[in-house]
Amino acid sequence: MEILVCVRRVPDTSENEIQLNTAGNDIERDDLVYSINEPDNYAVEEALQITAKAGGSVTVVTVGSDDDEEVLRREMAIGASRGVLLSDESFDGSDGKGIATILKGYVHKGHFDLILTGVQAEDGGAQIGGMLAALLDYPFASLVNSISVLDGGKLRVSREIEGGNKEMNEIDLPCVLSIQTGINEPRYVGMRGIRQVASLEVPTLGASDLGVDASAVGDAGAKVKRVDYFVPTLGKGAEMLEGDREEVIAKLIELMKAKGGLN
Amino acid sequence: MARIFAYIAHKGGIADDAAAELAAAARKIDPATSPVAVVTGWGAELDAVCETLRGSYAEVWKIANQALAYPNAELVRKALVNILPHDGIVLVPHSHFGIDLSPGLAIKMTSAFVSDVLGIEGAEGANLKLVRQEFGGQVSAHVACDSSSGAVLNLRPGAFKSQESTPINGIIVDKSADVGALTAGRRYLETIVAEAGDVDITKHVVLVSVGRGIQEKDNIAIAEKLADTLGAAVSCSRPVVDAKWLPKSRQVGSSGKTVKPKIYMACGISGSFQHLAGLKGSPFIVAINKNPKAPIFQVADVGIVADILEFLPELTSKVREIKQVSV
Repeated sequence: MEILVCVRRVPDTSENEIQLNTAGNDIERDDLVYSINEPDNYAVEEALQITAKAGGSVTVVTVGSDDDEEVLRREMAIGASRGVLLSDESFDGSDGKGIATILKGYVHKGHFDLILTGVQAEDGGAQIGGMLAALLDYPFASLVNSISVLDGGKLRVSREIEGGNKEMNEIDLPCVLSIQTGINEPRYVGMRGIRQVASLEVPTLGASDLGVDASAVGDAGAKVKRVDYFVPTLGKGAEMLEGDREEVIAKLIELMKAKGGLN
Repeated sequence: MARIFAYIAHKGGIADDAAAELAAAARKIDPATSPVAVVTGWGAELDAVCETLRGSYAEVWKIANQALAYPNAELVRKALVNILPHDGIVLVPHSHFGIDLSPGLAIKMTSAFVSDVLGIEGAEGANLKLVRQEFGGQVSAHVACDSSSGAVLNLRPGAFKSQESTPINGIIVDKSADVGALTAGRRYLETIVAEAGDVDITKHVVLVSVGRGIQEKDNIAIAEKLADTLGAAVSCSRPVVDAKWLPKSRQVGSSGKTVKPKIYMACGISGSFQHLAGLKGSPFIVAINKNPKAPIFQVADVGIVADILEFLPELTSKVREIKQVSV
């Protein structure tokens, strides 16, 4: 089975305190720790597990810039056969539909049986997979937390729905699935693996290579645009307990007693 | 101004809670709007939902088809594309169903799509000013959406406060004849109900809940010691289950359990909305997190900036001291 996994490089929110820049139009990106978008990592692992059983190969693709090559190499180091960077000045400022349109251009260059994305990106909204499927007229399932390959060009997939329940579906290939975290246990990347792929070529394809109309993507084609960032105030905010550790613990214990949690 | 449609999910003949929230959101886009409820399904359950909805929506579009008895997003999408005007604004809850339906619906209607909207600051002509969150809720963003050729907006459940409205006598418009052919490359088979776990976290008065900040499986014992001392149970957020450090039955959130403790200790939990959706009954929330920007501090009652791996053992020994003195 030929599998394409669409991945992204994002600031790792578990490693970073995200702050606004002084202009308020972006987050402060200096010193951020970047990594592969977490659900995408599960998607690559799932693709590797499927091809280990069913044969075939895994291609990882991202829309971005040269900086994003590192996540492609990371996934090649754990077993993806090839990485492809889709990059073009005209791609800058793409909205979700723009990204999906660029990816569609790449899908049409190959013969993929299955396309996986992560369920959502740190700054996105669980949209690329569903949009890509609709552009390709492929069936789609979101929030997928198990996959088994059936005979006759079909998969059995479960979707994570409310309360931890699972919705079981049969889906025809080729299709697009968005993968939920927890579907598997992603393998670690060793330094040795990274070194082994360091010399492999990662081709870069632009709008003309992909047959993408530059006016349909990027800022020119975007109907959805971020205007600015701000720091949210959702609630009234917590009363912060400060002082030395002993004081903080004493205050906390008093509060817990008052609220009936300690007697 | 374009017409606004609210897609109402339902189960067992009961409309989703979001029905009133979507109506409130529609009025934030256009205060003069009379949004249309759109309901797909089959049989008596669908009829019951439409009947209820016409008490709060002036117009209810009923789409009845046996193939829609179970809400398969691909089939629902095909029906909606044939029935809704493509310059309309369609509101859908950002639920597991909305995530399945809306991105593809927007493509097929050649409409703009915005996901997980949690605020609407109004419209200037066809330009909608929306609010989203990014980076795990650490920052928010204003988003401009050009709805001149329609828009599909997925709205975060609970983000829009439903308003009290006087009951009305709306009309039900049967759109079933316009559904068109319904076939899908994906077929629903069955729903598998989650297994009950060893500990029922829905029954506890105090929960010591751990998130990614617990860092590794062996550290779960730190939370268990505190929970034992307090007579509490250990629950967790999604990353802990993903890492297989605790079973799914311990997960609090929209894809896990809904809990209603008196005290909820969120330890190393950033506080995503999916997690907070599992907290009901306004518990007293104690947040302990080493990241002072963690969104959990906005919703907690009390916050402590600390590394839980140091803080929890110290708290445990202090609580033990107190308990020994009082015995």
